[in-house]
Amino acid sequence: MSDSANSARGDLKLTSVTKSYGDFTAVDDLSLTIPEGSFFALLGPSGCGKTTTLRMVAGLEEPTVGSIHLGSTDITYTKPYQRPINTVFQNYALFPHLTIFENIAFGLRRRGIKDVDESVNKVLNLVELPHLAQRKPTQLSGGQQQRIALARAIVNRPALLLLDEPLGALDLKLRRQMQIELKWIQKEVGLTFVHVTHDQEEAMTMADTIAVMNEGKIEQMGSPADLYDNPKTAFVANFLGQSNLIKGSLVGTDGDSLVADLFGQKISLPRSRSHAADASIYAGIRPEKFRISLLQTPTSGNVLSGGKIEDVSYIGVSTQYQVMMPWGQELMVFEQNDDGVAPFRIGDPVNISWEPIFTFALRGDEDAEAGTEVVPEDLDEE
Amino acid sequence: MTSQNRESIVSKRPLGASISRWFGKNLIRVYMALAFTYLFIPVVYTFVFSFNDSGKSNITWQGFTFDKWLYPCGAPRVCEALGNSIKIGLLSTIFSTILGTLIAFAIGRYAFRGRSASNLLIFLPMATPEIVLGASILSLFLVLQISPGFWPTVIAHVVFCVSFVVVTVKARIASLDPRLEQAAMDLYANEFQTFRRVTLPLVAPGIAAAALLAFSLSFDDFIITNFNSGNVTTFPKFIYGAAARGIPAQANVIASAVFFLALALVIVGQVVSRKRKVS
Repeated sequence: MSDSANSARGDLKLTSVTKSYGDFTAVDDLSLTIPEGSFFALLGPSGCGKTTTLRMVAGLEEPTVGSIHLGSTDITYTKPYQRPINTVFQNYALFPHLTIFENIAFGLRRRGIKDVDESVNKVLNLVELPHLAQRKPTQLSGGQQQRIALARAIVNRPALLLLDEPLGALDLKLRRQMQIELKWIQKEVGLTFVHVTHDQEEAMTMADTIAVMNEGKIEQMGSPADLYDNPKTAFVANFLGQSNLIKGSLVGTDGDSLVADLFGQKISLPRSRSHAADASIYAGIRPEKFRISLLQTPTSGNVLSGGKIEDVSYIGVSTQYQVMMPWGQELMVFEQNDDGVAPFRIGDPVNISWEPIFTFALRGDEDAEAGTEVVPEDLDEE
Repeated sequence: MTSQNRESIVSKRPLGASISRWFGKNLIRVYMALAFTYLFIPVVYTFVFSFNDSGKSNITWQGFTFDKWLYPCGAPRVCEALGNSIKIGLLSTIFSTILGTLIAFAIGRYAFRGRSASNLLIFLPMATPEIVLGASILSLFLVLQISPGFWPTVIAHVVFCVSFVVVTVKARIASLDPRLEQAAMDLYANEFQTFRRVTLPLVAPGIAAAALLAFSLSFDDFIITNFNSGNVTTFPKFIYGAAARGIPAQANVIASAVFFLALALVIVGQVVSRKRKVS
């Protein structure tokens, strides 16, 4: 048990990992390095291969092709119980016949540690549930079970902690609270956390680095801000928040900026945010970056004129508008309700403007709808 | 005038309505009472006649006595028959529970050639009429030149008990979340430790239920036993034989005692499981 694999430490490295089930490829030639000590999120819709990836790291599945290393140790085919990796399962998988104390002590005892009291009590205090030690799992609420599942994993001080949709079964309010708590615990214990989720807000709240997965591949990897402000594909632009994607073409340059023509109106965008392959592009702008103004009001930056307010939804902190553009596309605009100005009304003719820096450009041959029709997944993925 | 009118309406309407409402409310209770009466009349009869101060036959009421309860072995050979039934019951329970549990794990957990065929075949002894099963097992023993007796009876009982054990344990295994075993492996338990610490304790209630079922099936089997036991007398065989001459009241005592023992076990089981949930 105490072989080299179990004491391995360091970065997790997946090299060209592929997992196929018959004709179906769940994970497709995935390469990825997760630095030691980071909070890493694998984000993607149901069936994108994120859970399969996690299970291969845990040792519950074997890759069809490729290798997995922890530090310099090859763990591709190591048994799950020989890896210094622990998992917080989606449904928690607490042992129903054991007390909370024995659930947490399970991993320690299997490794032959006799005196478990101190470690177990310490971790129970960390998750703030020391009074539940002698209860059975079924007597706990969902949120309490979630914390015990976490405690049962981190008590072992694994090199890597895997979290498989750990907050999926909790209600929204508890989920938000646990997100903050998980982040805090990760800092406190200093372990590497790999978190699998389909909830983009959850991933952005907690992770240092997010890898967005789609159909077995990584679409884009980076910090939450990087992914949000500078998405490389339509899938990322739509899956992480909402985007307005407007068909157009690149027509020139202006220093560090590119000039694009969107249905006869010129706009500019930073060269560093263009991921176009040729002149054909989709210009992308997040709805909250837009400003609406009545036609006669002077505007600066990028301007698209000739819009008409189609729909107004007042939702407290902001007002959401649907603006019909002359070329027949409805754009989404979120305006903060912070200026004391009465909202625009349906039928108002308006201009839309924004700062050029907030523009990104995607390849013109992409599917502009990619990632928008992702339905909320049920809990049992794959 | 108006009050008279109203009265006549009030008195007319509820009569039919209240009868049908009473039935609507109580029909299920009436039905339940009838069903339980039907079920328990034989049990109550058996229990009452265990106090009958009877001689050889126990058909007419002769007066009340505790004698039969104080000396249940008073009637010739009744306790010998009971002892045989218990021995055969325990042995066939042990063998069929071990065998059946292993089969249930094989069918419930592993994919192998002939798995669905085994799944189907395991039902056959349950579906075969006992008279056919008893006769064919006997002819098999005769072909093998084994004469009927104690061990052939045990073997015959294991044959039909195994099916029930497999079905019961398999249901428990099917309801077991495979992620619990994965979690155990993830927490440094190797295959054996996972089985010992997680799988077995979680399947144990199913195995216990299967063992109880096997024992009660073996204990009151008559047809298959009658073919294969030769001159070994079990309790059901004793009753059958005694029925011609008159069943002694001691048989009622033993039957009632078995009933109350089973009842007590169920109650204890319920109390324990409720306590476990609460504590």
